[in-house]
Amino acid sequence: MVAISEQTYKNATAVTRRDNPFRFDPLFAALSKAAAITVLVLLAGIMSSMVYGGWDAFAKFGTGFFTGTQWDTMNDNYGGLPAIVGTLSTALIAMIIGVPLSIGTAIYLTQLAPGWFKGPVGTAVELLAAVPSIIYGMWGLFVFVPLFAAYFQVPVSQVVEGMPILGTILYARSPSGLGILSAGVILAFMIVPFIASLTRDMLDQIPTVLRESAYGIGCTTWEVVRHVLLPQAGVSIIGAIMLGLGRALGETMAVTFVIGNANRLSASIMDPGSTIASRIASEFNEALGMQMNALIALGCILFFVTFVVLVIARILVSRVKQY
Amino acid sequence: MTDASLTGSTPSAGPQPQIKWGRVRQSRRVQDKILRVTATGATALSVFVLFWILGMLLWKGGQGISLDLFTKITPGPGTAGGGLLNAIVGSIVLTFLGIAIATPIGVMAGTYLAEYGRGSKLAEVVRFINDILLSAPSILIGLFVYVILVMPFRGYSGWAGSVALAIIALPVIVRTTEDMLRLVPNGLREAAAALGAPTSVVIRQVCWRAAKAGIVTGILLALARIAGETAPLLFTALNNSFWFNWNLTGGISNLPVTIYAFASAPYDNWQQLAWAGALLITGAILFLSIAARALINRK
Repeated sequence: MVAISEQTYKNATAVTRRDNPFRFDPLFAALSKAAAITVLVLLAGIMSSMVYGGWDAFAKFGTGFFTGTQWDTMNDNYGGLPAIVGTLSTALIAMIIGVPLSIGTAIYLTQLAPGWFKGPVGTAVELLAAVPSIIYGMWGLFVFVPLFAAYFQVPVSQVVEGMPILGTILYARSPSGLGILSAGVILAFMIVPFIASLTRDMLDQIPTVLRESAYGIGCTTWEVVRHVLLPQAGVSIIGAIMLGLGRALGETMAVTFVIGNANRLSASIMDPGSTIASRIASEFNEALGMQMNALIALGCILFFVTFVVLVIARILVSRVKQY
Repeated sequence: MTDASLTGSTPSAGPQPQIKWGRVRQSRRVQDKILRVTATGATALSVFVLFWILGMLLWKGGQGISLDLFTKITPGPGTAGGGLLNAIVGSIVLTFLGIAIATPIGVMAGTYLAEYGRGSKLAEVVRFINDILLSAPSILIGLFVYVILVMPFRGYSGWAGSVALAIIALPVIVRTTEDMLRLVPNGLREAAAALGAPTSVVIRQVCWRAAKAGIVTGILLALARIAGETAPLLFTALNNSFWFNWNLTGGISNLPVTIYAFASAPYDNWQQLAWAGALLITGAILFLSIAARALINRK
């Protein structure tokens, strides 16, 4: 008798528990919170694995790792300066070429293009962002580099040869088309769609009444852009540019194809060089021991540089939402 | 400039206001012309580069499209013929496995940000870090997965490759899920809650259903993003010129790394295969991007 009543009791409670519509609530909330925390764990994991993997190289070479120009796999002596300089100079060139192009594109898309034309052109620019970087690399190596060598490097080298400063920076010892400048130009084309579409969205958010009142007092398009739109969107455009910079710094495959992968520091931007990302991509699979540590240490430097750039970018971009 | 032109238009500008006014207007018109020409030129250049790349892929890759491409595996060095069957299948397996890992985590995290974490400090930090992760260099994610999954298990594997791809896809899914859930009107939530539905049921039956097209768009965009990723696969899934193990241990052949290896190889048939592979992968990615766009615009 007792056993039966216990059984009945258990059944009864089981039924009520199954009927309780709220019983999944805490579990679901906890799962979603855990998923959100996964994002934090991933970034912390990337950061600590870079520091852990590169620790031996940092410990052995100290600050010499940042200033050394040797990359000697025979004697296990590694300095990261050529790759660091290569990363910064390709990104700088990409910015110098890419930023005016992107802002020009954004201005065209928001102010100048006829209505029916905005959609297709905007889509085309965004599709340019979807093209994988290895395709840019192939295009760069097989189409852009030969043209660049024949129609830019050779004539420019002839003109600047012997000139005081230009003769050093722009002279190509072997005009193969591969080098820091080619990598910078390809990177510029890769970041244009990013900066342009972000800037376009920001310009679109500016209240139309501001623009129209400026046109109303007789301003030209240039004056509206220069004195109304750019000051209004200013900080967030800088944010968009920084996002593009973050991408240019860490871009790998396209750069690996066209930079020439030379492990030396060269004064000329026409000469082959390497970036941190291209060095890792081309050497990592054959690397052992200290060379692998040194490559991860380079990755660690890249991580912290892009992290700082991206943090600043996100802070600047998020400002636009506040007004 | 505006100041100068405004003072120029006042009658007190001197004995010959007509000439001065004309000169100011001339310089303003030239300036405006320069802006129009450079902005149009910049756009034309960007669009031209897109069509140049697509044209090059169609021209060079189109010659390599044949039945062999889809029925034969990658040829060894110096072997004639061959196709990309193992690379295509490997890429599909890696990409979909990556999405399968990233989707549940991404949708749940996006749900937390939009539904539970409104105004909380944790949500704010997660949103910020997610945006950073969204544009983190993909090669560093490859290195990270190498350190946590390849080094300890002493070997490249398809699992490591798909985890690396999942980490790249995750922030895209989190971001779009959150944005799309925020578009769901609060009235729907309140109506469901007023009927006595618990929060989790409101989210699953009302919010997710209302935002379904948007969330699917996010997953498609993530798919497009990881389908062509090469750098993170270099140190995780590596490559393989043979048919791979279905337990995904050892190197897994995949399209991007095969293209990378074949593109600059000295064999004509390898280069031809690289171009054909590049055409396939770009076509697939552009198709996914356009499909995602169409899906979101339909609403």
